Parts: sequence; structure tokens; C-alpha cells
Amino acid sequence: MADVVHPAHGEVHRHEPPSGFIRKYIFSTDHKVIGIQYWFLALFSVILGMLLSVLMRLQLGWPGEEFGFLKTIFPTAAEGGTITPDLYLSLVTMHGTVMVFFVLTTAPQGGFGNSFLPIQIGADDMAFPVLNMMSFWITFLGLVVLLGAFFATANVIGPIGGWTGYAPLSALGEKAGPGQGLGVVLWVSSIALFCIASLLGALNFITTMLNMRTRGMSLMRLPLTCWGWFTTAVLALLSFPVLLAAGILLLLDHLAGTSFFIPTNVLDDRQGGSPILWQHLFWFFGHPEVYIAILPGMGLASHILATFARKPVFGYRVMVYAIFAIGLLGFFVWGHHMFISGMSPYTAIVFSVITLTIGVPSAIKTFNWIGTIWGGQIRFTTPMLFALGFVSLFVSGGITGLFLGQTSLDLPLHDTYFVVGHFHLIMGVAAIFGIFMGTYFWFPKMFGRMMNEGLGKIHFWFSFIGVNVIFIPFHVMGMSGAPRRYATHGNLEFLSNVMPLSKFISYAVFFTVGAQIIFLINLFWSMFKGKKASDNPWEATTLEWTIPSPPPYDNFAGRVPVVYRGPYEYSVPGAPTDFSMQTDPDEPKAAEPAGDESGD
Amino acid sequence: MGKLLGLFLFLLAVGTAILFLGGWWWFPESISEYGPLIDAQFNRTLVVVGVAFCAAQIALGYAIIRFGRKGNERAVYTHGSSKLELTWTVITAVVFVALAILGQRVWAQFHLDETPPNAKKVEVVAQQFQWNFHYPGPDGALGRTDRKLINDSALDFVGIDRSDPAAQDDAELTTLAIPVNQPVELTLRSKDVIHSFFVPALRIKQDAVPGLAVRMNFTASRIGKYELTCAELCGNLHHNMKSFMLVLPDNEYNELMALPSDDFVVRMGELLQRY
Repeated sequence: MADVVHPAHGEVHRHEPPSGFIRKYIFSTDHKVIGIQYWFLALFSVILGMLLSVLMRLQLGWPGEEFGFLKTIFPTAAEGGTITPDLYLSLVTMHGTVMVFFVLTTAPQGGFGNSFLPIQIGADDMAFPVLNMMSFWITFLGLVVLLGAFFATANVIGPIGGWTGYAPLSALGEKAGPGQGLGVVLWVSSIALFCIASLLGALNFITTMLNMRTRGMSLMRLPLTCWGWFTTAVLALLSFPVLLAAGILLLLDHLAGTSFFIPTNVLDDRQGGSPILWQHLFWFFGHPEVYIAILPGMGLASHILATFARKPVFGYRVMVYAIFAIGLLGFFVWGHHMFISGMSPYTAIVFSVITLTIGVPSAIKTFNWIGTIWGGQIRFTTPMLFALGFVSLFVSGGITGLFLGQTSLDLPLHDTYFVVGHFHLIMGVAAIFGIFMGTYFWFPKMFGRMMNEGLGKIHFWFSFIGVNVIFIPFHVMGMSGAPRRYATHGNLEFLSNVMPLSKFISYAVFFTVGAQIIFLINLFWSMFKGKKASDNPWEATTLEWTIPSPPPYDNFAGRVPVVYRGPYEYSVPGAPTDFSMQTDPDEPKAAEPAGDESGD
Repeated sequence: MGKLLGLFLFLLAVGTAILFLGGWWWFPESISEYGPLIDAQFNRTLVVVGVAFCAAQIALGYAIIRFGRKGNERAVYTHGSSKLELTWTVITAVVFVALAILGQRVWAQFHLDETPPNAKKVEVVAQQFQWNFHYPGPDGALGRTDRKLINDSALDFVGIDRSDPAAQDDAELTTLAIPVNQPVELTLRSKDVIHSFFVPALRIKQDAVPGLAVRMNFTASRIGKYELTCAELCGNLHHNMKSFMLVLPDNEYNELMALPSDDFVVRMGELLQRY
């Protein structure tokens, strides 16, 4: 595949990389470097977030027990060597915030999107490279500010409010108790910075995909990954500004004595604000955020399933429309987070019906993923295993939305472990599996070496078994009535039979987190010692596999690639190989596809 | 590898079914009129979700086992089938929307039906990390309250205005006592941040929001002592914000309500011990 460019369009405009270390690796405008920066930021964050969850599970499995090492880590917050309720809730808040923003929003979009959107559409960089650099560094600053919240107060380790930071608890300052002071200010500021960064990123993604596609790359020839990133960017563009505004109002309530979210007669003399307003603004962002986390993974799952089943994606167009439908409907369902908030019960009915209809495009995606591997010749590589695991987790996590989306069933289940299990499977673990599959799949292109398949498979098995064993039992805990964000359930009699299950889950968490060491070893070992990767080690069809691994600074070495076909032309009858590259100029003898939908 | 993963997915379907249907963990016993209706809707949804879940996992597992790579054979070349797409879109749309509509019935009954006029009224005033219940006393009318009259050292967390005639016989306590088989109307308020009234045995939950007075009504059908928890993160001791709901036989309830407020407190302590 060395000569991928049609001779007629073969003019060469090379761009040389900057020479200094700082411009090349730190303040780089190269989308590939920025992608890797985002990816490492997410890796740091996910390790942190995971360690926080280990501490939470320690408390939930062995409430109030003394652990000597805690005195060393938290000399003031865990003076007695036990996890206090204050410390526990700080861990909850920081775990959620770090994971949602700096892992699930960062790696799939900022990491893989930056690295591969320009290459997959045949461009030499993003539309606005400097803006791209700024997006990353503002995100980085946001993370630094958030980490600062750990050190905000001496005896509490961070803010106490959950990642949703409901007002007026989050708006009143220290009057509302420990963990509501400087920690909350830093927490909101961090989120505000993150909003700005995501907004800049979203503008860049949208412009790049619409304007910078290479010759022949019509919209319906785009890989589904690109549709995932594009729709995610549209959601980010429309939802982050709302959270930014809400965050600024909350900061004003906190610091300037305003009263946007503080009603009359609450702890001080302010008047007239609405606590429910915060929830509307937060969830207007917060629900699309769920799709911001998962849509890139959905695009990538389609991509990888087709690649390793050696079959075209089943119903490509429908997959694109389903992504749109999910993105669009995602803006009209935020109220299902607020059924019991005190808002009008009539509104709740409307939100509930729309919420259940969003299950329809989600079900279509699942059908089509199974349709894609049906009749295939599956190669069980590590990225494929994670993609299959993703489909299974997407089903397990998504389907319980049918309970929670119903107004009446939300009455007992709201704010219990049923919800925690639901969103961890769909938004947490499924999206993390998306990040894993992207890493195993694109690692050769990003770093020029292959990851170890044996270690990759062990990592898959331990992780896949682990997450199911952890999160499925959460649902029955929730049915038993276990409320979330409780430092312990031990003081409630009706939950006495939940306690052994909780301890069992803690063991499963330790096992699963421990298994991630296999991934880290594989990652760093492969980065330096892995087998050298060829241009196209997976025999895939899209543009990133037409260029060297890792790609040169200007991606296509100054040539303009020309695209002749759709992205998933696998096993085309009569073609010389079972994969027809998008850039292969020779039209294979067109055999009629067995299905009735045209290829592009 | 494919066979193993396929088998694991079969196991996942069976294992999850056993976990949900094994009976080790389930909703607590239901004691309100909404309970059986909510449980019926839950079970209906569980059937739909259970069948869809198992079917999807098993179909995925089957495809994984069956379509593993065989030598140099080529995969089937197809881009899909509009007929199939349309079929499953219509089926899921009908099933999901039907569920959503069925799910509104109990909701409407809980929120939209008029409270029966004879409902016993109790005002719930939540605060960090305590539930306060303001009882109307024998006259059945809740007296005026005023935030300025709150006096923690006198154990008046609600701020009852004793100058209001209706407030003369009012009592307040941190335990909720209600009569069995009689409609009750709670008015939920909060003094500081958002809390959420959650008695798992009632199957219902409602936020207490500062600045709002949210009403809810129910009828408890079984005598006993039930745990009441806070379901909305309200600060560092959120998990400690628990209390009890006592569902009393008519005579005990009436006796209790006829007592002057000091005796009321003592009697409630006795009742809490007994149940």
C-alpha cells in the first residue's frame, strides 16, 4: 500500500515538523502529539480515579475499620486510620469528577479523535492547530485545579457534593458543613475550565470533519468513528456552554453573595434563588454528557467489529442515523434525572416517554453490531475481544434504563445502587472498554509497535469478568433499597443482607483493579520493546492504515489521498484480498451485495 | 477463544437471571397502596428486559461461537437488510413506548389524584442530618411556623408559633407516627439543603427542597416500625440521617395524638421501644 495516491493528484506539499523539543512534544500543534497528550492525561486520571474507588470499596466492605496505611496517605483527613464519612464523600466526589470529565470525556474524543479524525478523513492536521493545542492545555489546567481541591482544607480531603454538586449544598459555602468551602470553589472552577476547553475542541472537530475531507471522501464514505466524534462534538458544542454558565452562577453564589440557586430563608438572608434551576442546567448538560462519553466508543465498536469480522458494517446508513437520533433525543431527556426533584409531575411524564424512545436507536445499534459479525470470519484479536465485550456491556448497562426511565419505577429506584450499577455499566465500563479497544487497535499506529496479544487477552478476561461481577450485583442492592453516596449501609437494618454482598463486591474491585497492572505493563513494555508494527497490521481498510506507523509529521507526506469506496469493504467477492482499501483505485468487478442496501 | 467468550456470555445470561430471581435480594416488603402497582410494573418490565437481555447476550455469544475464522474462507459480503432494520425498529419502538405509558399509571395516581379530605396531615421539616415532624394535635390543623422562632436548645426545630390558636396543641418530634389504613398527607420542607424522604417499604421517594412545600400522600397498610432514610446527598453525615416511621393501630394512634405535647414525646419513646 506504499503508493496510495493516484498519480494524477500526486503533487507533494510537505510540512516539516518543528525542531525544538518544546514545540515538538510540549506545546505541539500536531494533532497526533495532542492526541497522545490527551491520552496520557486520561491515563493518569483513570489510575487516580481507580485508586479513589479502591479506598471507597475499602470503607464499604469494612466500614470504620482501621487501616494503618491510611494515616500515612491522609495524615489529617484519616487521622485515626479510618475513612471518615467526610473523607468517603470527598472520594466519591473526586472519583466521579475525575472519571466523567478527565477520563470518559477526554480519552475517546480528545485522545483518539484528535489522533485519528484528521488521518481518517485524509487531512494533514485539524482545522485550527493552535486552538487544538489550547484545548489540551486548558484541560490540563482544569485537572491541576481539580487536584488542588484535594489540598484545599486541612481536615477534609476535597469537596463533598458528588459530581453533580447539587445546590444549595454546593452554593452555601462552609455554612453547609465541612467540604463546602474552598474545595467546592476549585471543583467548580476546574469544571468551568474544562467546559471552555471542550468547547474549543468541539468547534475544531466540527470544522475539521466538514471542511477538510480529502478527495472522494463523501459523508457516506466516512468511517463510523468519524460520525461518532462528529456527533459528540455537536453535543459538546451545545451542552458545555450551559454547564459553563451554571458553573459561573454557582461560583457567584459561592463567592459574591448572589442568590441564583439559594432560595429564601435558607441558612442566611439571601432570597429568591431556585435549587431546581441548578438541576435543570446541570442535567441539560449532564445527559448529553453520557452520550459524549459513549458515542465515540459506539463508532469505534462498529469500526473494529467490521475490521475483525472481515465484513462490511451491517446497515451503515442506519448506524449513522441512529447516532444522530441518539444525539438529538439526548437533549430532550434530562428531566428523567429529576422525577423526584419536586418539578411538575406532568413534565416528568413527557420526559419519561422520550427517554424510553431513546432505547430504540440504541437497540438498532445492538442489532446491527450482532448483524455485522453474523456470517463473518471473526479474528479474535485483543481489540476485537474488547469490542465484543463492549457490545455485551452496552446491552447490560443500557437495558436497565428501561426501568429507570419509567416515572413510577424511579420512585423506589432513584438514587439507589440500581442507578449506580446502571450508569457504571453503560457510561463507565462500556466507555472504558471503548478506550481499551481503541488503545489496543491504534497503539501500533500511535507508537509504531504492537502490543503483546497474550497479555492483552489476559487483561480482557480479567476485566470483563471483573466488571460484570462488580456492577450487576449493584442492581439487586438498589432494589433492596441501598441509597448511593452513603459512607456505610451498616446502620440500616433493612440492608443487613446487603452487607455481605457489598464485601464480596469490594474483593471483586480489588481483583479487577489489580488486573489493570497487566495492561500498564503491556503498555509501557510494548512502547519500547514491542514488535515493530507494519503500516497495516490488522489488514484494515481506512486511511490511517495507508501511511507508516507512526505517521510522519504531515500524515500523508504532502500527498493528497483519494478515496474510491466506503470504509468497510471487507470480503468483496472477486477482490484480490479480503480487504479493499478506501484508496484502492482499481474497481473490483462489482458483485451484487447480498443485502439490499448500497455500499456508499 | 471464541467458544470461551460465547460460553461466558451464555453464563452471564443465566447467572444474571439467577441473581435477580433467586430471591436473596429483593425489594423490602411493601406496605403502601402504590407498592403492589409499582411491583407489578417492575415485574412486567423485568420480563421484557430479562427476555431482551438474555436474547441479546445469547445471540451475541452464538454469533461469536459460530462465526469464528475458518481457514481462508471469506465472510458473507452484505451491507445489511432494510427489511430486518425496519422490523426490529418497529418492534422495539412499540414495546418501549408501551412500557413508558404503562409506567405512568401509578405515577399519575401518586401525584395527580386528589388527597382524600380526611387525610392525616403531618409537616416534614428536614434539616442536616435530622428529620423533624410537626403534628397538628387533636384539632387536626397545623399551626403557623416561623423560621425566626426556631430554638434548638428548647428542641423546637420547626419554629411553631404558639400565638396561633391552631398551634396551641401542635407537637413536634423526630419520629413519624401515622395510623394504619388511613390516608396520610405529608408536606415536605427543608431548612437548609435538599434532602429526600425515602421509606423503602412505601416504595416512594420525594425530595424535600428548601423553598418548596411538596405534598405527597399514601396509606400504610401494615402496623410496624419502618426505617426512614435520606436519599439525596445532604452533607458529610448524609448516611446518618435516619429515622423511623411508626404505623400504629387506630386506638394507639388516637391516644397518642390526644396527649399534651410533653407526654406525647414520652409515649412515642415507649412506642419506638415496643415496635
